[in-house]
Amino acid sequence: MNAMSERKIRVLIAKPGLDGHDRGAKVIARALRDAGMEVIYTGLRQTPEQIVNAALQEDVDAIGLSILSGAHMHLFPRIIELKREKRLDDVMIFAGGIIPDADIARLKEIGVAEIFPPGSSLEEIVSFVKANIRAV
Amino acid sequence: MKTLHKEEAEEKKRSFSTVSGHPIKELYTQSDLAGFNPERDLGRPGEFPFTRGVYNNMYRGRLWTMRQFAGYGSAQDTNRRFKYLLEQGQTGLSVAFDYPTLFGYDSDHPFSYGEVGRCGVAIDSLDDMETLFDGIRLDQVTTSMTTNAPAAMIWGMYLVTAEKQGARWTDLAGTIQNDILKEYIAQKTFIYPPRPSMRIITDIFAFASRHVPRWNTISISGYHIREAGSTAIQELAFTLRDGIEYVDYGIQAGLKVDEFAPRLSFFFDVHNDFFEEIAKLRASRRIWARVMKERFGARDPRSLLCRIHCQTAGVSLTAQQPYNNVVRVALQALAAVLGGTQSLHTNSLDETLALPTEKAVTLALRTQQIIAWESGVPNTVDPLAGCYFVETLTNEMEGACLEYFDRIDAMGGMVPAIERGYPQREIQEASYGHIRAVENKGKIIVGVNDFVAEGQSPVDLLVIDEEVQRRQCEKLRQLRAQRDNAVVEKNLASLKRAAEGTDNLMPPLLDCIRSYATLGEMCDALRVVFGEYQEPNIY
Repeated sequence: MNAMSERKIRVLIAKPGLDGHDRGAKVIARALRDAGMEVIYTGLRQTPEQIVNAALQEDVDAIGLSILSGAHMHLFPRIIELKREKRLDDVMIFAGGIIPDADIARLKEIGVAEIFPPGSSLEEIVSFVKANIRAV
Repeated sequence: MKTLHKEEAEEKKRSFSTVSGHPIKELYTQSDLAGFNPERDLGRPGEFPFTRGVYNNMYRGRLWTMRQFAGYGSAQDTNRRFKYLLEQGQTGLSVAFDYPTLFGYDSDHPFSYGEVGRCGVAIDSLDDMETLFDGIRLDQVTTSMTTNAPAAMIWGMYLVTAEKQGARWTDLAGTIQNDILKEYIAQKTFIYPPRPSMRIITDIFAFASRHVPRWNTISISGYHIREAGSTAIQELAFTLRDGIEYVDYGIQAGLKVDEFAPRLSFFFDVHNDFFEEIAKLRASRRIWARVMKERFGARDPRSLLCRIHCQTAGVSLTAQQPYNNVVRVALQALAAVLGGTQSLHTNSLDETLALPTEKAVTLALRTQQIIAWESGVPNTVDPLAGCYFVETLTNEMEGACLEYFDRIDAMGGMVPAIERGYPQREIQEASYGHIRAVENKGKIIVGVNDFVAEGQSPVDLLVIDEEVQRRQCEKLRQLRAQRDNAVVEKNLASLKRAAEGTDNLMPPLLDCIRSYATLGEMCDALRVVFGEYQEPNIY
């Protein structure tokens, strides 16, 4: 293979928690794919264990979490803990959904790279992912 | 090169289409209504085809029911909110359940972690249902319950609660959403595969027609379809086509159409585009009346009525400049009233961020009361009838809806269409197209992609007590220790047997409920027999 050939950025879009609001997750999945990335969407109702296992198996560079149920303060820390256990240190986590400002600061402290609240533009999210995954 | 005048340049730049992308002309005149026959296409209010309204005097006889959807935390928390809303002049109750309850998991199930009481009230057994309605006579209020996959169990708990209060089932009125098809299409709180789910629904139709005759056994919902990103036309078409599917299944289950069709009700979203929404509601009544009469040969005039609940569009609310949401909700509510709705939920300004605070929900209720009592709009029936634009739009929506019916009929109906992912894909395309239009400013959202302001005015948010989950789990532990578990086991076994055969599921479910079987136990019993639905992963 040509050493110059670039591996495509691989992103897992995941829906932790029980809410079925997948409009945002699917729009982001499609926008990242349109931007040339390889995107895997987990489907709904994934446990933290399922999400981290999928990230490991799919060898992704980033995990995008979408949640609108309000359970993020329970589920995100667990996902980050499991990611650490599996030594997926290079995998970036970003998130979107209904996440109040007060929780955003706390989630960033524990390792969520960025949180995109409602109204964020697709372009902003695509550029962020491109700029912030490990060099490939 | 021709230089455009400034106004012409402006007109070229702006797009003149509804929020759904439906094109709108500069001017509508009589010529747009060629072939329109007011006698045939409008009729009088309360008469076929009901375009102008389901009742002859509409809001002069009775205002719409002001019904704010509420539920959070424990049954006690929500019982307090219900009593507050009734004191503020709300005229009907509407219960929001938390995710574990919607999926038929008990609060101590691993999937329930972090979700208990968060998006609605946690109901694990009859015990919680009794607390939820403590001090509220169920034969004195009407109650809407947003429950779908476990609707039979939740409704059963309501019936047994009423029974324990000494109320007669024949005096109970209200609605269970019970619309599983739109769950596969849009909201995604399904448990079982489509076909056994349809059997549960027709069992409910049959049981209600015999024992709870004033109950609306289903609220066939476009709301979630729209919120998932559909256009107004798709919302209209998929909802009414779902309705046709339920009637087909009811008839196949051996019911006569007029036995259950009068208790079917509908639920639509009311989005920002004022006239499009009014036209949608008017069109829905005409299409449904014609379908019931011509396709199903219904004779009872009540079978022809598309009775509607509306909710303002949650998806139209913005986290940016949240006070703007008050204005959006007022306009949407006005459209719902001009469209002739039977009941209405107005969203609160803070609902993009959390469940509403008491202050926010009061303002939302006041919005309805101002329309009802100050605007003068309810004084006359269907005031926009005969308007070139509104009638044209109503006709166009009807036409586009019938085209979707043809396509879905050709697939063999809505269940096969869902199994092949057709409505799901249509909605996804529309949703992606809309977000692209917002990104390139083809559609303006005030405060989001234009008229943006730095520094948000913060709103107070409702915080859910973190203790709710622990307390629910403790209650469950006590319940399982105190009830007669042998009776519970026996009742769950009878439920399974009924599910394996063809007996109506309601009687064995009611026995399970009376013996304090938990929601999770009852849903699991049916999971064993029916299996669980895996959705096609389309993205």
